[in-house]
Amino acid sequence: MNRIFNAKNIKTAAGVIGLYGIVQLLIMFNILSDYYQITIALICINIILAVSLNLITGFTGQFSLGHAGFMSIGAYSGALITINITHEYSFFLGIAAGAFFAAVVGLLIGIPTLRLRGDYLAIATLGMGEIIKIIVLNLDFTGGAAGLSGIPQYTNWTWLFIFTAGTVIVIKNFINSSHGRACKSIREDEIASEAMGINTTKYKVLAFVIGAFCAGVAGALYSSYFYFIKPDMFGFLRSIDILVIVVIGGMGSIRGSIISAILLAVVSLYLQDFPEIRMILYSSILVIVMVVREKLKNGKFKFDGLPWKKPDKMRT
Amino acid sequence: MTILKVKNLTKSFGGLTAVSNVNMELQKGELVGLIGPNGAGKTTFFNLLTGVYEPSSGSIELDNGDTVKKISGLKPNAITNLGVARTFQNIRLFKDLSVMDNIRIAMHKNVKYGVMSSFFRLPSFYREEKEIAEEAEKLLKIFGLESKKNELSKNLPYGEQRRLEIARALATKPTVLLLDEPAAGMNPNETSELTDLIEWIRKEFNLTILLIEHDMSLVMKICERIYVLDYGMIIADGKPQEIKSNKKVIEAYLGEEVS
Repeated sequence: MNRIFNAKNIKTAAGVIGLYGIVQLLIMFNILSDYYQITIALICINIILAVSLNLITGFTGQFSLGHAGFMSIGAYSGALITINITHEYSFFLGIAAGAFFAAVVGLLIGIPTLRLRGDYLAIATLGMGEIIKIIVLNLDFTGGAAGLSGIPQYTNWTWLFIFTAGTVIVIKNFINSSHGRACKSIREDEIASEAMGINTTKYKVLAFVIGAFCAGVAGALYSSYFYFIKPDMFGFLRSIDILVIVVIGGMGSIRGSIISAILLAVVSLYLQDFPEIRMILYSSILVIVMVVREKLKNGKFKFDGLPWKKPDKMRT
Repeated sequence: MTILKVKNLTKSFGGLTAVSNVNMELQKGELVGLIGPNGAGKTTFFNLLTGVYEPSSGSIELDNGDTVKKISGLKPNAITNLGVARTFQNIRLFKDLSVMDNIRIAMHKNVKYGVMSSFFRLPSFYREEKEIAEEAEKLLKIFGLESKKNELSKNLPYGEQRRLEIARALATKPTVLLLDEPAAGMNPNETSELTDLIEWIRKEFNLTILLIEHDMSLVMKICERIYVLDYGMIIADGKPQEIKSNKKVIEAYLGEEVS
């Protein structure tokens, strides 16, 4: 049996590459309008963000409300490098720098805050995200509140696809390794995890750093796609948006995060037609999805015929 | 040979002294019982041995063959990695993970492949994962759990959860095994099976075992020596027969005679 080239992997790869080809053709022949293309770019970036937050929150069980902070570090690093260095590889340099700086900040913030648990950690990471935002707002070279504009656009569908697929594969590989299992054991029971010889601090920080690294990549891709960034784009609300994707898709489910990133992007795309009640509809959909999903999971939501046509034995 | 040496161990929580001036020595290969009335400080003592609590004073030394190492003050994971494994009074399995994963997590300390190797599935990943899986299956077979290896551990019946906890502790390859009420909640039949199992793993894995237990049939049957803890102090130690007739022990359990 071949370990990488087995039937299942080949089928998945064929499907994913097929998806890439179809979208690429649609873009080449100008069938997809700009508006749809932007949605696709946002979906890819949201997938990277959600999958990486899922590693921290869903798999390792460390509640983080500051993921957008890491994204902004990636976005600004990438933007500043591509603006100031004109070279054919400056895009990759920007992404590498964005990921690196986000990971370093993740490490520096993770070591003290990951001692906290549950809601305390949530508040601490929330504060961390805001601090990053305020710092960016007050620095000169980041353009302050006005933001940075004229960022060269290198990000295209091909790169988005490669980085998204790469992130998903790498994180999935990590989760299904001994190191990933160590992370999951922390979520399950931290005391038992330590008693089994797992260095819980190390693995919490590691998950946090990997998550920050990926968020940095997403940020750099984002800034290079949308030409323009400002601090408000990476505030508390974006952290919440990412968390919503993770929660809707299911804590600890990579596939769920991907599906929910796509679903929520499509929903908000079609809700643009109802600008006045858009947020009301969006929130209602979130509530409905959560209720139905929970019931599906517990096996309570079984469709056994229309209520007025239920067989007699059901009426007890 | 003394493998674990506890010297004047004391732990106070504010004004309450839960464990006070305890001395204990475990010889290699021994099976020792720790008994005492509820609230005597038995679990606190285990938590001190495994690093969950830091002692207020006193020391714990572990002799692993060539070096004697002071383990009091170390973190729980460091103590486990030196060869002291435990189970919990209230089962603490990784509930939403499979039986197999529960065992594999305990084997993590021997994993040599790095994080990069896990990201990119390098050859060392496949090689070691295969070894881990084989070893874990071997262990599950011993405990009669191999048919349930893919089930979530929370879905196992109670008795099997208890067995899985012992199997998981053994997966860390300990030299000293601490069992915190392994027979709690078991019926007499299960208890007697467990008694045989404990005796068997002691020989098979070359272990030194310290167990807390309320079930006297189990303690009296398999323990070679017994320590009795009351109000945080060791009030007696000796062979099961001696303990049975010890006046202090009877007083601790039944109260003083009215004269």
